[in-house]
Amino acid sequence: MSDSKSYKIRLEHITRVEGHGSIRIDTHQGKVEEVRLEIVEANRFFENFVKGMQPHEVVQTISRICGICCVGHQLAGLKAVEAAMGITVSDQTMRLRKMLNESQFLQSHSLHLYFLTLPDFFGAASILPLAQREPELVKRALALKKLANDYTAVLGGRALHPVANTVNGWRKLPDLGKVEEIYTRLLQSVPEMEAMLELIKTLKVPEYERETEYVSLKHPDEYALYDGEVCGSDIDTTVPVGDYRQVSNEFTVAHSTSKWSRWHRDSYMVGALARVNNNFQQLHPKAQEAAAELGLKSPCFNPYHNNTAQMVEIVHCTHNSLAMLADLLNDGLVEEEATYQPVAGRGCGAIEVPRGILFHEYGFDANGRCLDANAIIPTSQNINNIEQDMKAFVPLMLPVMSQDELALKMEMLLRAYDPCISCSVHMLDVKFV
Amino acid sequence: MKPKVAFFDFASCEGCQLALLNCEDDLLAILAQVELVEFREAISEQAGRYDIAFIEGSIHREQDIERLYDIRSRSKVLVALGACACNGNVQARSNFVAPAENYKAVYGEEDRNRVQVDGEYWPLWTHTRVRAVHEVVKVDYQLRGCPMQPTEFLHLLKSLLTGREPSFPANAVCVECKKNENECVYDRGLACFGPIAFGGCDAICINSGHLCDGCRGLLPYANVKAHRQLLKEMGIDITSVQNRYRLHLSNEPDAGEVRR
Repeated sequence: MSDSKSYKIRLEHITRVEGHGSIRIDTHQGKVEEVRLEIVEANRFFENFVKGMQPHEVVQTISRICGICCVGHQLAGLKAVEAAMGITVSDQTMRLRKMLNESQFLQSHSLHLYFLTLPDFFGAASILPLAQREPELVKRALALKKLANDYTAVLGGRALHPVANTVNGWRKLPDLGKVEEIYTRLLQSVPEMEAMLELIKTLKVPEYERETEYVSLKHPDEYALYDGEVCGSDIDTTVPVGDYRQVSNEFTVAHSTSKWSRWHRDSYMVGALARVNNNFQQLHPKAQEAAAELGLKSPCFNPYHNNTAQMVEIVHCTHNSLAMLADLLNDGLVEEEATYQPVAGRGCGAIEVPRGILFHEYGFDANGRCLDANAIIPTSQNINNIEQDMKAFVPLMLPVMSQDELALKMEMLLRAYDPCISCSVHMLDVKFV
Repeated sequence: MKPKVAFFDFASCEGCQLALLNCEDDLLAILAQVELVEFREAISEQAGRYDIAFIEGSIHREQDIERLYDIRSRSKVLVALGACACNGNVQARSNFVAPAENYKAVYGEEDRNRVQVDGEYWPLWTHTRVRAVHEVVKVDYQLRGCPMQPTEFLHLLKSLLTGREPSFPANAVCVECKKNENECVYDRGLACFGPIAFGGCDAICINSGHLCDGCRGLLPYANVKAHRQLLKEMGIDITSVQNRYRLHLSNEPDAGEVRR
């Protein structure tokens, strides 16, 4: 006898996410027996094979962990190796890096929100049928994504794995004429972005809540994307970046080649929603307005609203970048020497990347050769929390949804976290001697 | 009928598929010419046979090999997309360390020993060696570089769609670098792979003030011996020479070996 509520769902190699993950749900007579998020990505062992490299080589290599967050890996890597070498970068370099980081937020959030997430809300398998049904929408989304890529390329030399930025500065400074073009285009894009905001407002977000711990950087003076200390929503103080292992507490499970993390609870969440929850008051006023229009109130415990929080951050990064670009055009650029003397040392760096907080740590010998490396990636911190969400939501969804609908809601949940699974399969626990 | 085109990724940063999505101006025009049947990073549609299959990433485990055999058997033309697929790229450097040691360094000995004997999930934990796609199946065309060049991708696709043979001239990176009138990296006192590396990238890294590390692989006639000698004469010690060769070229014949 078949029971409509006894079934096995196997969603292998989930589409429209970065990297390889599978969802497994077993139910029997209306009861949930097993819910698993399997991460099946092959290992690449980055932290072991960068040993022996020089600081700038480590940084250019480590960006290959991920195409989508290559800028974030470079910047976290640069901060860590500079801490190890005792380098303090110039104000100009810091400002250029902040812009580079925001360009990646615009690129990554646009790609995820407009191309990977939207099809679910239109009942489409991908952006392809949408290109025929909604050509104006797709063209607008492509133009916004292209602008973000060009913004990265003008600063970094190219959009993927930029080469112009390096340890202690810039190999080749951006062309101010091109910077001005980006400024003008970004200014002109504001109505286009607002049109996307209007669309996102109409999307019906699944109403499932589960409070968890929200972890992000926090900075006294700004919405923390480039700098700050580690903030967890379960504690009142912040933790210095150097103590990041106290935060991530990584462990290994057999069904995931990505490691798992937990802090004060069974799991925690990083990313746009965690940042908006922890630092709402520091968002650009326009972004706070956008959040109100989108109905996003901090704190929000619905993980599907990570998409909404990404839209809020697109507004934030657009307006914040306009201000930074205007300052840059006003102040101009001066040539600076991007050289350094390799020394023995150890350093940590943390930065917010589109998918959440990213930690890097490196040790170097007296010749500046890498001795050990550690990278703790946002998705590896989120994977545990995604599985906990699934375990909480499946029993609630089971009585009220068809099997297909449940499967779609689980895929949408995974996608809402914007996981970057290639990234997440490189964790390393180093034993420091 | 429009040709069926599919994209598959193995161990990689997925940046080469992203580089394609970054061809925003041409994307809709490309999509009008082909039927995109699989592209896991961006779409959910799937199909059985492919006229052109693009493979991103390197091949590490038994299950990856089986998946690649299956794709090859269903594809008329198979293209290695990007450096990871063409020569194993940066992760091939892990081939100089035994897999058990790599697992130990990343997960710790205890966890490695636990997950590798897990009754259900052991196949996930069977990394043996980083291999380029051509080391496992026949590859018809290579799109080199980390990341791949969108212009070369468009050239290849247009050629295949119109029945012409695509052309990827085996010129050194130096050729394009000179055209761009960059100051020679050697004149800046630094070692460069431009003379022996496969061009076609417009010397993009040198244009941005960097140098060439040969991510597009070695030219078929590359004089590796002379290049090593040149680096030695510049006073670069053997460990550093070995390190440079093992950034992007660990799996290239002649390049992975240390020669004194």
